[in-house]
Amino acid sequence: MKIHEYLSKQIFASHGIPIPRGKVAARAAEARQIAEELGGYVVIKSQVLVGGRGKAGGIKLAKNPDETYDLAGNILNMEIKGLPVRKVLVDEAADIQHEIYLGITNDRSEAKPVIIASAAGGMEIEEVARQTPEKIIKIHIDPLLELQDYHTHDLAAGIGLPREYWLSFGRICQGLWKAYRDKDATLAEINPLVITGGHELLALDGKIILDDNALWRHPELAVLRDLDLETQVETTAREHGLSFIKLDGNIGCMVNGAGLAMATMDMIQLFGAEPANFLDIGGGADAPMVTTALHLILSDPNVKAVLINIFGGITRCDEVAKGILAALEEVQPKVPIVIRLVGTNAEEGRLMLANAHMITAETLVQAAQKAVAVAKS
Amino acid sequence: MSILINKDTRLLVQGITGSEGLFHAKQMHAYGTKIVGGVTPGKGGGLVLDDIPVFDTIKQAKKATGANASVIFVPARFAAEAILEAADAAIPLIVCITEGIPVQDMMRVRNYIDHKNVRLIGPNCPGLLTPGECKVGIIPGNIAIPGNVGVISRSGTLTYEVLYALKLAGMGSSTCVGIGGDPVNGTNFIDVLKLFEADPQTEKIVLIGEIGGSDEERAAEFIKHNITKPVVCFIAGRTAPTGKRMGHAGAIIEGGSGTALDKIKALQAAGCTVVRHPEEIPEAL
Repeated sequence: MKIHEYLSKQIFASHGIPIPRGKVAARAAEARQIAEELGGYVVIKSQVLVGGRGKAGGIKLAKNPDETYDLAGNILNMEIKGLPVRKVLVDEAADIQHEIYLGITNDRSEAKPVIIASAAGGMEIEEVARQTPEKIIKIHIDPLLELQDYHTHDLAAGIGLPREYWLSFGRICQGLWKAYRDKDATLAEINPLVITGGHELLALDGKIILDDNALWRHPELAVLRDLDLETQVETTAREHGLSFIKLDGNIGCMVNGAGLAMATMDMIQLFGAEPANFLDIGGGADAPMVTTALHLILSDPNVKAVLINIFGGITRCDEVAKGILAALEEVQPKVPIVIRLVGTNAEEGRLMLANAHMITAETLVQAAQKAVAVAKS
Repeated sequence: MSILINKDTRLLVQGITGSEGLFHAKQMHAYGTKIVGGVTPGKGGGLVLDDIPVFDTIKQAKKATGANASVIFVPARFAAEAILEAADAAIPLIVCITEGIPVQDMMRVRNYIDHKNVRLIGPNCPGLLTPGECKVGIIPGNIAIPGNVGVISRSGTLTYEVLYALKLAGMGSSTCVGIGGDPVNGTNFIDVLKLFEADPQTEKIVLIGEIGGSDEERAAEFIKHNITKPVVCFIAGRTAPTGKRMGHAGAIIEGGSGTALDKIKALQAAGCTVVRHPEEIPEAL
């Protein structure tokens, strides 16, 4: 789960990482007020969970409160890469001498967190990795031994940081590590961490991505989910324990199991159409979940046919059939439904659906071919 | 011969008194797996399923039963610790079915068990099946028959699809190993490929992958230099968009890497046959 810059910075600050003075505003007048409090130049930063805000005109420098009012007003009216700007962060401007990249993320193949630093801060780290990989210093952190101070010295030496900054850099690294560890982050990043004209280190930006599997440990963060990143349907699905991603095609899918769901989508493409969604009802789904799932699929006007592929292991095909029948009571679908049931109680499930005017299929290939054919007709 | 599990496996079920644990213990028991005990802290002393003793701790269970494997059906918030307890008691094979374990928990677990002589399979996996002999986990027993094809997969129901397709074609499996869909897990493709290469019963290998991470790419490199048996692959997720988690915590294309196409190319370059969908697998073998 992504969280906004201003929240990431607050978390960093609570772990001892220096951030600029600043506040969040939802209206131009509020932004002006903040600029008055801060005095001097301010940076107005759109709070949207995408990269490339600057290039899109979503980050601007303002020299006084009136200019802040105008610029904030513009930015709050923007959409950046399809996302509405609902808030701006108004930070006091910094005198930037050097920009550093500092981040911690999971290295899944090593099964360890890795702390990454680079003197090429301010750029996309993937870009640096492509062009000048030698500028990136990486140190794996043993999750049981945690980050040691000597690791921070290795990083500082690796990026050529002048010794006068080593102590504060070390504290920032430790703060970043603890923030990452304590919040169950999959990424905690400061880009750029700057050396100011006043010879201090300052975190000008903050980015944290939280592990979805750990949100139950952090209910105060879970409620901060930015719903603009999902469609309404995706939000409803998530709240019902369904895994749903909207896509652009015209064949709606309902499958039990993520790998099988992806394979089903791939099969649809193989036979010449595009999936309208990814939907995994999970293992052991009950009838109400299946009803909700079918409703969500049918709410997409692009859908010209629905493909239901259930390979019942723990999931029972008769339970799935029950859920489908209940959905059909509530919504008369205007599109054909192709259904393929295999596994636990498949016979019972098929019998229950015998009068439901569905197109049946034995194999996944047949089901996909039939769905593509009826969607075209 | 099979790998990892067989008729001599003596299994503990962690979480046996929970609804998941009890349901699947029943299924495994009916299949013929030797379940020698269950472990639920605080519920020790009784019996479940007529004759399976329940213990409070793994150490007590192992001492009383001589168990050499454990399967974990414990909720995500407690599952990492269940793995640690089994590893601490030196249970040689630990199979964790649980989905949803926080990734930092799993990194801590890995850095502990990597120093122990145990094998962890999973988490977030359907477990293992040696048809006709033993089932550890939730793979339905009636979709596979004994044979000479070793199956390794990151998926659950997609694995069942493949086993079933093999069965319908009259082909059987030596052992099926579900390594699971999490980004940090106990056993990867290479670990299982090594075991299949060394197993006399396994003559061919099927590898089922999906988007996310680079386990398939590393497997491809390993296959090039170390595997002589034919490998047929299916990789799910050609149509998956970037940046979105497709169900499994580990199934996500990040920063342009971990795409299905990259994995397919790597495996083909290593001499593997990569099919377009699961029903093409029997013919390709």
